[in-house]
Amino acid sequence: MNRVTVNREMCKECEYCMTFCPKKTILAKSKSLNKMGYYAIEAQNMEDCIACGICATVCPEGAIMVEKDV
Amino acid sequence: MSIVYQRPEVFTNEYMKYCGGCGHGIINRLIGEIIEEQNWKEKTVIVWPIGCSVYADKYFKVDSICALHGRAPAMGTGIKRSCPEDLVIVYQGDGDMVSEGMAEIMHAGIRGEKFTVVFVNNAIYGMTGGQMAPTTLMEQVTTTTPYGRKQENTGNPVNMAEIISQLEGCYYSERVAVTSPANIQKTKKAIKKAFQYQMEGKGLSFVEVLSPCPTGWKMKPADALKHINDIVVKQYPLAVFKDLGRGEKQL
Repeated sequence: MNRVTVNREMCKECEYCMTFCPKKTILAKSKSLNKMGYYAIEAQNMEDCIACGICATVCPEGAIMVEKDV
Repeated sequence: MSIVYQRPEVFTNEYMKYCGGCGHGIINRLIGEIIEEQNWKEKTVIVWPIGCSVYADKYFKVDSICALHGRAPAMGTGIKRSCPEDLVIVYQGDGDMVSEGMAEIMHAGIRGEKFTVVFVNNAIYGMTGGQMAPTTLMEQVTTTTPYGRKQENTGNPVNMAEIISQLEGCYYSERVAVTSPANIQKTKKAIKKAFQYQMEGKGLSFVEVLSPCPTGWKMKPADALKHINDIVVKQYPLAVFKDLGRGEKQL
């Protein structure tokens, strides 16, 4: 299964990854605050992910790592 | 598992001090990716300006220095002339370049200095709290133009990429934006081309990047990107204004 890892403490909740994700179901806001006081984005429903890397391309913090299952 | 994307190795683990959704983060990351891909880490010097990106020397594991307000091109001139083999990147915001440092950037272009200028245009003074910059759009509301920018008081916006392209010393001038995945890739390509021209010893290479400032514009980050696509590009069109190396082999 492909994997998206978001560095929770770096995320500033700008939602660019959620806006541009072609699948829309993968990235969502978490329920708890991180150290900087943002509801960090977290990855879920990984079976839908196509590992296109768009979320990482638009992330201003460089907080997202995308791995493809080969 | 094969890695599709990960944070460039040239970055430190420092948290960026930009606001959420700021375009500076994307542009910093693109510069880091290019330095890493081309293996230029050991010979890169980045001159940071005064402005939102003033702390950016903490994010990169490369040589960097912070110039006086607006004087980054002057400092870049000295570094490039003493170390002509190095990749000298002058990174400036719109308040820093167009307001305080107009003379420095104009004369760097007139002399045809062989470094790369990355100009981040977000049409506002972001760091000091959203005052009017020379690049602010007409009718744009800022803290110093609460009724919108008017021509009779404050003049008209300045299109730097066009102005620099008119100078003989300029080799390459382009305006790009970081508003979508496709535009981010175009931005990366433009910055990479500018770096390549510098390493070949051509003249001044200038890349203007339209960047969102969600805090200063008082918008949500996604709306700020839409604002650039719908309104800002009418004043600042995305185009290549000068490319004397067109048609030659690219990276």
